[in-house]
Amino acid sequence: MSLQSWIAEPVNWVFLVIGLLVLLCGVRVVTSKNVVHAALYLVGALAGSAGLFLLLSAEFVAWVLVLVYIGAVIVLFLFGIMITRAPTGVDEGLDADKKAWAGLLSLALFVALAWGSISAFADDPVATTGNPTATEILGEGLLGRFVIPFEIVGFVLLAALIGGITVARRDETPLEEEERMSA
Amino acid sequence: MIGNQFLILAAALFSLGVYGLLVRRNIVLILLSVELMLNAVNINLITFESMLNTPEALGQVFAIFVITVAAAEVGIGLAIVLLIFRNRRSANVDELNLMRW
Amino acid sequence: MTNLVILAAEESARSVGDGGWWADTAGIMLVLPFVAFGLILAFGKHFKYQGGEIAVGALAINLVWATVLFVANMTGGILHQTTFEIARIGSDLVFELGWVVDGLSIMMFFLVNLVGLLVFIYALGYMKGDVRVPWFFAAFSMFAGAMLILVGAPNLVQMIIGWEGVGLASYFLIGFYWDDLDNVKAGNTAFMTNKVADVGLILGAVILGVTIGSFDFFDLAEAASGGAEALGAVAVVGGLLLFFGAMGKSAQFPLHIWLPDAMAGPTPVSALMHAATMVTAGIYLMARTFPLFQNMAQEARGWMVAIGAITLFAIGLLALVADDIKKVLAYSTVSQLGYMMTAVAAGGYTAGLFHLFTHAFFKALLFLGAGSVIHAVHSNNMSDMGGLRKHMPTTYWTFVVGSLALAGIFPLAGFWSKDEILATLGYEGYSLVMWIAIAGAFVTAFYMARCVALTFHGTYKGEAHPHESPRIMTGPLVGLAIPSIIFGLLNIPGVSWPGIGNFTEWLGVRVVAMGDHHAEGIDFSLAAIGLAAALAGLALGWLIWSKDRPTQLQRDRFNIPLLYPLLRRKYYVDDAALGVVGLTIGPLARFVDWTNTYIIDGFINVVGAATKLLGGLVYNGLDQLGVDGIFNGLSAGADSAGAALRKMQTGRVQQYAGGFVAGALILVVLFVFVI
Repeated sequence: MSLQSWIAEPVNWVFLVIGLLVLLCGVRVVTSKNVVHAALYLVGALAGSAGLFLLLSAEFVAWVLVLVYIGAVIVLFLFGIMITRAPTGVDEGLDADKKAWAGLLSLALFVALAWGSISAFADDPVATTGNPTATEILGEGLLGRFVIPFEIVGFVLLAALIGGITVARRDETPLEEEERMSA
Repeated sequence: MIGNQFLILAAALFSLGVYGLLVRRNIVLILLSVELMLNAVNINLITFESMLNTPEALGQVFAIFVITVAAAEVGIGLAIVLLIFRNRRSANVDELNLMRW
Repeated sequence: MTNLVILAAEESARSVGDGGWWADTAGIMLVLPFVAFGLILAFGKHFKYQGGEIAVGALAINLVWATVLFVANMTGGILHQTTFEIARIGSDLVFELGWVVDGLSIMMFFLVNLVGLLVFIYALGYMKGDVRVPWFFAAFSMFAGAMLILVGAPNLVQMIIGWEGVGLASYFLIGFYWDDLDNVKAGNTAFMTNKVADVGLILGAVILGVTIGSFDFFDLAEAASGGAEALGAVAVVGGLLLFFGAMGKSAQFPLHIWLPDAMAGPTPVSALMHAATMVTAGIYLMARTFPLFQNMAQEARGWMVAIGAITLFAIGLLALVADDIKKVLAYSTVSQLGYMMTAVAAGGYTAGLFHLFTHAFFKALLFLGAGSVIHAVHSNNMSDMGGLRKHMPTTYWTFVVGSLALAGIFPLAGFWSKDEILATLGYEGYSLVMWIAIAGAFVTAFYMARCVALTFHGTYKGEAHPHESPRIMTGPLVGLAIPSIIFGLLNIPGVSWPGIGNFTEWLGVRVVAMGDHHAEGIDFSLAAIGLAAALAGLALGWLIWSKDRPTQLQRDRFNIPLLYPLLRRKYYVDDAALGVVGLTIGPLARFVDWTNTYIIDGFINVVGAATKLLGGLVYNGLDQLGVDGIFNGLSAGADSAGAALRKMQTGRVQQYAGGFVAGALILVVLFVFVI
């Protein structure tokens, strides 16, 4: 498909805008010198990808993304940043030679992936927005065919919950131990 | 819409995430980059789902799983970061090199 | 097991028997002394006489067999042979062991066992309180057994076995008092001299045995009298070689030198071995192989007679100047052996054997008597003796009887046997030798008179307290004196006692005719001449030596200028023998020693040094540097590789992640674009 025909569809304009947003936010996540700014830029990236999901007729996943990721995960991140007392100001600086090698590596990776997908999927279309995926289908899938992975993931969450609490728990001081024993 | 546009976007996000993973000094920022990578993967999954139109919306189901696991992983990861911070008063990953030769 | 087919000998008019059960079991005589040997060594020291009783018992049992066979042989001839095949070469040359029972061997069995028994009984008393008595009787029993094996041998092989056995026993017993080196040297001399002679014996035996195809004596006799072609070619050589062997054992000139030295052993040994039995083995061999010499090896006989004659006379003279009483008797023995050898060589089968028979008794008697004297005065030398007839009457009278028998005085045994020898020599045409023998009789009487006079007459000039010996020693003396007196009557020429015959007949049963001469009647003139010579010798000797003088040595004056030193030095034969040995063996021994030290040891040292060098090379170069180097290098390489590689483990997670991503990238590229 030629660029002209692609530009003609309005969906693609929307895509372009959201895509650029996501990209920009992503770049800032990895280059920002301020830790809190990086987290907030991630919020932006995640929001943008939720929009992309909507474009791809995956509403449920989009809203799950917003709820879980942005709602919970980012908040958790902010908690983590606060507790570790990361300098909320400017970072001390990134490693110079690491930057060059890493940049080269990630560039190579991008080239490889892009080339791969272009050569594999040339101009394959994607379903348009006019056909939303029924949540019913997802539900049936999750609790029907994939009920076992579903349950296992539930256990994973439980383990993460308990594990997180256990790992991060503050060791009790001798005074507190004495209190606990006598009570 | 072409599938490739989404895929290339996702590839770019993934590469950015990799860059961040390799470059950032703060552990929390590394975890952030990992989230970025996972997000890129999600985009890929949904795009493939759209392209292939499986009857059970396999791509989306998988994307949900990915999100869930990512959330769990962040929880544990931050707990560990907390411990490290408590022991070493610093979240600088360059200082965490005890397991070297 | 072969049983000999009995042939009636053409000369003997008597019936010939098989000997019955006694001949069949005669082998027990050969075995019993060895049983005694073992028993004495095991249990001897617990007995009163230190094991001598066992030896005496063994010989007593043997004597039963010997006597029965002897008596049976008197009445009817016995010819019997039992053999057991031991080995076989090819298809016809067999080695057999066993025993032969015929007139000759019965005579020898009787002689060895009877004289042996009496000497053993004597030795019980003589050796009492001495050192190593069990070993003495054990070796003595071994000797008796070996001698019986020798005389009972049906073939040359067994005879050689017995021959060597008696030589071994002789070595042990001569060197019995080995604390004194001279005794050891005497034993060595005896053994070596016999060994030199044994070379001849074994060579002769092998030549004859291989030529005929059998070692058996009867086969040899048949082949010799039958005139076999092959045998004729080797007969002289074989015969002379056998004679050489006999020369060693029977002490013929010049291999006589060991016998006087052998007197170093205890006196019973001298009595039995070196007077009566072992030294007669050579004569016995000549008798066994008599047909060979009679029919085929006549050229050899001349030499044998000559050597016998020299031995007879020359060595007899040496007895005139000996101071040691046992040496006197030893030279006398050699001289008498010369008589026997001459007789047998000249063709006097019966004459020589009869003299062997009688000589055994009176010579053993003389030796035992000498032993009794030595026991009393604690010295061998006649210069320490004198006037002992008052102190030791039994010894004196038996010694006199023995001396008269030896001198050949009528009617004692020696007269008859010596007379027969003279008669044979005359008959066979050896007149010169006969006159030499008569002169020898004179000399014999001469030195025996000296011996008796110096020992028993005059006054005692020594330091000890002489006394008569105990009955256990004088008993055998009497026991030997009786045969010395009467046994001569067993072979009066022409006289055959009714019922039992005479000595000639006892020896007379043959498988083949041997063509030896038997006198039909006494030659009175010859007998008279012989007797006169003997009486003259006695008289002259008595005249010179019986007078008592201040010292024994003065009495023993005999200092003819040239003759005396020659005799004293025993004709320098001993020195010549030593010189020969020194000339030949000495350089050879030195050469061998040099070779050993420089060449052989040098070679070994070089090999050792080379091995050491090689070992050092291998260790230092190959092992330390090479092999260890490889391994050390490998480990160092692994070490440095590890040191290099572990730099990868920085502990920095981001670097690991970087590596991870790079790897993933490569795989992606690989799978997407290449494959």
